[in-house]
Amino acid sequence: MSKIVDGVLTAVGKSRGGITVPHNKNTAEKAVVRMEEPKTVVLPMQQHIGAPCEPTVKVGDKVDVGQVIGDTDKFVSAPIHATVSGKVVSVGEVYLAHGMISKAVTIESDGEMRLSPDVKPPVINSKEDFIKAVRASGLVGLGGAGFPTHVKLNYPDDKGVDTLIINAAECEPYITVDYRECIEHGEDIVNGIYSIQKYFKFKQIIIAAEDNKPKAFRVLKDIIDMEDNKDKAVKLMTLRSRYPQGAEKMMILSATGRKVPPGKLPADVGCVVMNVGSIAFIGRYLKTGKPLISRSITVDGTAIKEPKNVRVPIGTRISDVIDFCGGFSGEPKKIIFGGPMMGVALSSIEAPVCKQNNAILAFTDNKYLTKKRRDCIRCGRCVEVCPMSLMPTLIERYAKAKDVDRLKKIGVNVCMECGSCAYSCPSSRPLVQYMRLAKQVVREEEQKNAK
Amino acid sequence: MQNKLTVSASPHIHSSETTTGIMLDVIIALTPAAVVSVIFFGLHALAVLATSIISAMVFEYVSRKIMKRSNTLGDLSAVVTGIILAFNLPSTIPLWIVVIGTFIAIVIVKQMFGGIGQNFVNPAITARIILMTSFPSLMSTWTQPLVTKTGADAVTSASPLAIMADITKSADIKAAMESAGLPSLKDMFLGLRPGSMGEVCAAALLIGFAYLLIRKVISPIIPLTFVGTVAVCMLIAGRGSLEFVAYQILSGGLLLGAIFMATDYTTSPINRKGKVIFGIGCGLITSLIRLFGVLPEGVSFSIILMNIFVPHIENLTTPKPFGLVKEKKEKNKEEAKA
Repeated sequence: MSKIVDGVLTAVGKSRGGITVPHNKNTAEKAVVRMEEPKTVVLPMQQHIGAPCEPTVKVGDKVDVGQVIGDTDKFVSAPIHATVSGKVVSVGEVYLAHGMISKAVTIESDGEMRLSPDVKPPVINSKEDFIKAVRASGLVGLGGAGFPTHVKLNYPDDKGVDTLIINAAECEPYITVDYRECIEHGEDIVNGIYSIQKYFKFKQIIIAAEDNKPKAFRVLKDIIDMEDNKDKAVKLMTLRSRYPQGAEKMMILSATGRKVPPGKLPADVGCVVMNVGSIAFIGRYLKTGKPLISRSITVDGTAIKEPKNVRVPIGTRISDVIDFCGGFSGEPKKIIFGGPMMGVALSSIEAPVCKQNNAILAFTDNKYLTKKRRDCIRCGRCVEVCPMSLMPTLIERYAKAKDVDRLKKIGVNVCMECGSCAYSCPSSRPLVQYMRLAKQVVREEEQKNAK
Repeated sequence: MQNKLTVSASPHIHSSETTTGIMLDVIIALTPAAVVSVIFFGLHALAVLATSIISAMVFEYVSRKIMKRSNTLGDLSAVVTGIILAFNLPSTIPLWIVVIGTFIAIVIVKQMFGGIGQNFVNPAITARIILMTSFPSLMSTWTQPLVTKTGADAVTSASPLAIMADITKSADIKAAMESAGLPSLKDMFLGLRPGSMGEVCAAALLIGFAYLLIRKVISPIIPLTFVGTVAVCMLIAGRGSLEFVAYQILSGGLLLGAIFMATDYTTSPINRKGKVIFGIGCGLITSLIRLFGVLPEGVSFSIILMNIFVPHIENLTTPKPFGLVKEKKEKNKEEAKA
């Protein structure tokens, strides 16, 4: 059970497996600096999980900051807003970082950053208004997955949701934007929490971070104590620093002791999990009405001249962000969009920063990133570290053999691709790749059977 | 610039642990026992050790070359197999038999089944068993360690296990043990008794065990359950004589087998529960062979038999994926309600 130490709770549930990764939080003490708007921004219509948006502007249109430029009537989606003022120069297709093609609107900035007249604080009188406003803000999970936030909040009443978890674990190495959010914008976080609480009435709201962030806790604790928290619904919780502590299922287990069954959602065990950046955004949005047009990202790695935390307009090309950080200090061998554990390796730095991206990491040294690949020796480290109780070494074997029955039995679809197995593998097996292959093999077989 | 970026699946960082590093740790852990065996059994022991290591490496290299596979000498697993095989041989063994042993271990058992990680039985143990059945007298000619030897020449003598095999049959165990002329327990612990090269010195093997545990190369589950099961069986067979248990643990190849061979990654279960089953199985079979078998020693047979069971043990002990257990429980609850 949970204990209280200095007004901060300890974890309730204990997760299995996981790994100790080097934190490398080099930018932790670097305040977020605002980057001036770039000459052009590229705004993909797919910056979230769910249905892509359709452009609502055409080439030549003049747009203002905060104006909707892409939307859809599908519920699981989030509108896209112009992040600079200026002229639409193209509506076409671009490659996203992970190689997918998406429709995108390119805007040439006029340098004025003229705010759209549509930008005004939302009027909220009910839960439905709140959900509608969140959708209109374009907010998606800022932690990395990019799941539209209003969909999370729109759980059926009979689910018995009683807990809101604010995820500030930030277990990926290097990334420090969530930490900075706590330090610099604690008020926004707490505002966001209380305004959500007004309509949703959660029994408890748990702000959870890894135990390597005591400073963030001090800041948040002071604000919470000052504000109205008489019923003690808002709690702080410290989690042990162990990757992948910030993964949603791990987070729910640690905070509440509940386990999300395979194929189910957090709401099925009475929880809603939001990233700390998302809740801070809600806090700001309710005050200003400014939709999601910029976000903080960590720019770090051996190939970056001046590592920084930067607030960039969404749609800024990665190359512009790197230039803002002094450019490359040496020839980059690998550039990662996101953290080193789950991020995507880039083949080009022309892709734009999207809503869910939280880091750009560039490395000069490949040796640090790879080691010699050998055959599996069945040492069992992958099994030992898997937080989902899977057996990655067997999954690799079955995936190669396309043994669908065994893959299903062993539960490959539970894998969240956290990479703990591949990280610990002494033979450097590309286990995450095999997990994806295995899921694909299962999917193909299921599609065949469906026909 | 952009053409030179590496694109690969996540994760993009890795632990510093490598296969070579793990094998090196095992070699370091084997070193105390190797040094002791050379001190105890002299230069011929050194020759056996060197022949075993070098021939294992040559067979590894040549067989991979012929099979058109990548060179795997760098993972050092052949060196480990070479040392462990030598440990399982008497120091007086002719060198050509050592070469036959490494051929069986590396070429037949390991490489013909796909190389490291693919063999379904332990290479060194299989080689030892084949040599045992092919050259029974050469394989059981043990000498006293040089340090204890009083005569001019090496005298072949019965190993303590052979002496103990009959002890359980006598009415008074204590008296039988005293009259049997066994080495003292201290000598047994230090290795001053006849036996295979690497198995005699319990102290050296335990130092290696401690090193492997500290370096987290192996889990203690298999060695503890293996030796523990033997201890319990022998306590029963010896009608409560702790001395008898101690002799049983320290004699034969039990510690060598339990620490270095039963824990072989490739041929032991991955999951903890599986390791427990494996260890208990090894202990039971060893005890049964020692107490009731024709052969005095059962460690190698027990390990090889349990090796064959590993896929089944693995099937039995596959962990439930995250969250699945709860679902079942809920179902049970619902059924109970209905």
